[in-house]
Amino acid sequence: MEVTLSDDQEFFRDTTRRFLATECPLTEVRALASSATGFDRDYWRQGAELGWTSLLVPEELGGGSISGSGVVDLTVVADAFGRHVAPGPLLPGNVVAAAVARAGTDEQRRELLEAIVGGATVVAWCGAEYAIGVARPDAPTSAPAGADVVISGSSAPVESAGQADHLLVTTQGPDGLAQYLVPTSTAGVTTTALDGLDLVRRFARVDFDAVVVPASARVGTAATTGADVERQLQVALVMQAAEMVGAAERTFDFTVEWAFDRYSFGRPLASYQELKHRFADMKTWLEASHALAAALAREVQADDPGAAETASVTKAYLGEYLAELMQDCVQIHGGIGLTSDHDIHLFLRRVVADRSLFGTPADHRQRIAVIRAGSAA
Amino acid sequence: MTGLHTDTDTEIESVESFVARAETWLADNLPRRPRVEAGLRGFGSDEEELASVAQARHLQRTLFDGGFAGICFPREYGGQGLALAYQLAFNQACAPYEMPRIINVPTFVPCAAVLLEFGTEAQKQQHIPAILKGEELWMQFLSEPSGGSDVAGALTTAVRDGDEWVINGSKVWTTGAWWSDYGLCLLRTNWEVPKHQGLSVFIIKIDQPDIEVQRIEMINGSREFCQEYMTDLRLSDDRRVGEVDDGWTIGRRWMFHERNAMGGGSPFVSGPAPGHAPPNDGEDSLVALARETGQLSDPRARDLIGEALTLQRAGIELSKRIGAGMATGAIPETAASIARLMGAVVGERVISIRLELAGSAAAAWDADDPAAGVGMSYLMRQANSIGGGTTEMARNNISERVLGMPRERTLDKDVAFREVPKGPPAGSS
Repeated sequence: MEVTLSDDQEFFRDTTRRFLATECPLTEVRALASSATGFDRDYWRQGAELGWTSLLVPEELGGGSISGSGVVDLTVVADAFGRHVAPGPLLPGNVVAAAVARAGTDEQRRELLEAIVGGATVVAWCGAEYAIGVARPDAPTSAPAGADVVISGSSAPVESAGQADHLLVTTQGPDGLAQYLVPTSTAGVTTTALDGLDLVRRFARVDFDAVVVPASARVGTAATTGADVERQLQVALVMQAAEMVGAAERTFDFTVEWAFDRYSFGRPLASYQELKHRFADMKTWLEASHALAAALAREVQADDPGAAETASVTKAYLGEYLAELMQDCVQIHGGIGLTSDHDIHLFLRRVVADRSLFGTPADHRQRIAVIRAGSAA
Repeated sequence: MTGLHTDTDTEIESVESFVARAETWLADNLPRRPRVEAGLRGFGSDEEELASVAQARHLQRTLFDGGFAGICFPREYGGQGLALAYQLAFNQACAPYEMPRIINVPTFVPCAAVLLEFGTEAQKQQHIPAILKGEELWMQFLSEPSGGSDVAGALTTAVRDGDEWVINGSKVWTTGAWWSDYGLCLLRTNWEVPKHQGLSVFIIKIDQPDIEVQRIEMINGSREFCQEYMTDLRLSDDRRVGEVDDGWTIGRRWMFHERNAMGGGSPFVSGPAPGHAPPNDGEDSLVALARETGQLSDPRARDLIGEALTLQRAGIELSKRIGAGMATGAIPETAASIARLMGAVVGERVISIRLELAGSAAAAWDADDPAAGVGMSYLMRQANSIGGGTTEMARNNISERVLGMPRERTLDKDVAFREVPKGPPAGSS
């Protein structure tokens, strides 16, 4: 997160954190672990009222930001979600809302935006694999069928697909990528729940068996889809980055506290040079991660052409270093850090899940090289 | 390699002959190894775990009846009295078969190993044959909630009362205490001397009213670890192993045996070392994962597979070298920590490589996914770097005991244990 926030953003940050601490303390997160949806709908509506799903939607379309910089404001929420291991479809809600606001038809915007912004409807993004270049052979495809379009294939894992009313589906069409809005109730759409690492995030595989949608379901045009998909990926990555930093920083902070409180051989862990050096390294990684996440937010906010590379640099760095930071924090706790009762695994699960979704660090290192080399994949 | 002659009356068979005999016997008597191995022994239900324990006892009994239990244990306590070379060869031969691996650590090592070194004749006769037959499963009552690495800092206390001792306190990280028979227990018998000088070792029968055994749940759902609470537990003095207040002499060897087992160099464990066993189907599981996820021709995946296999092989050869070197004295016993550290570091890196190969399936998967277990194994990545002695302690041991580098100044070495700081000063947090 940014080193310096505006007064409004600070207020927003404090309100968000206080809401999460009250409405969804870690005991509640643990309780939600066994629920089908992983989040409470009322809680989500309240979060929506606080602005969680409106920040990337222009005011004239029913949304609104806190500071005028919706992307940066969103990172404040994402950071809080990391800090509190919060439930709820924050990422897919914002990715799809931003996509529909940016590239949707008037009718699509009318139909969907208010419901997403109000927290009444849940949405999911299928086919994100195309954005990162890791699409499998059975990734979704689309083909014209008269005045309609037929979508076939599979996408996994898709966050919140099992709870979603609408899907934004990225497909390989006859002339390149094409995106469609598909109600989950459409014939031929099947969602199958997956097991997952995160306690409260829910993922599914979505299968499209010759699903027919009208041509008007297309989001964006042949000319815009490439940039639209890239933008969606950047929004996802900017949120992941903020969330990973939030979770890692909270973990780091309580691990530092542990090091002061835990005595071994007559002195605190914090007095051992070997551990102090590791903490110093972790602090450095954490600050670098903050810096990258903030740089990414600024560039995505400004729709900077450099944002694609910054997004991959950020994901590659945070995915690698924050995952190691988390494991080192587990290690420093010793055996207790591997128990269910200790809270550290709640944060570890969130960081590892984020690390593995929307491209691994290795995937993004490839992307950096490709972007730099100036060639298309 | 031929065996050492330890029996002057009869010719000891060669290792080759022993292995040939073992291979025939194994094929006739033991079931083949199941494909899916539990990580950190994370079982399903308690019923499944108890069934696994019963199976292990049964397998051990079968091995004992077949003459393949306690290969390096003394014959007078039910073992075969053979040299390490025989056990190492047997470890290879039995790799395709289901072995009672849960008995290796800690029942054989360090518990039986410690008992062999320090137990009274009566204790050894009572317990070692029963252990080799699978009738007694032992656990270590070593770590305490207040300290894992600081083993000598034990707070659980034994106070002498005539021919008995009265025990109060808590031990933790006892694997399977809820289904085990005995605990080898390090207790404080003196608070007025420096910590190392006030410890004693006892044998505790677990199933008794003054011990409460509670299960600990790990991140992967495993509940095999336990915490024990002892309240005014009474032990007869004949349960004591070694001299009063001299328990650290035993403690040092106890730690050595534990490190040795973690590193794969102990003569008392039987079966392939964890992580080193080849899978049943003959194809390495990393290659299988890459193949089943369509990545086998990807240069990145190949690089990772190459790295993992390189590290694993280095670890295997290192364990063999350290084990063999220690057996002949060419390598000091303190080098067990080298094998232990290597095992942990390699294990961490291989798990991280699996995570990378798994891609998004590490975050969410269905039961059929080839990468289904990878995410969870990553959550537990540090388990092998913490349990059995942390990698931090291993590095201390290597630098200080192998390389002879000076220890850092400690504040508790010559101070009466009662005076040693055990937490932040009151009111300072």
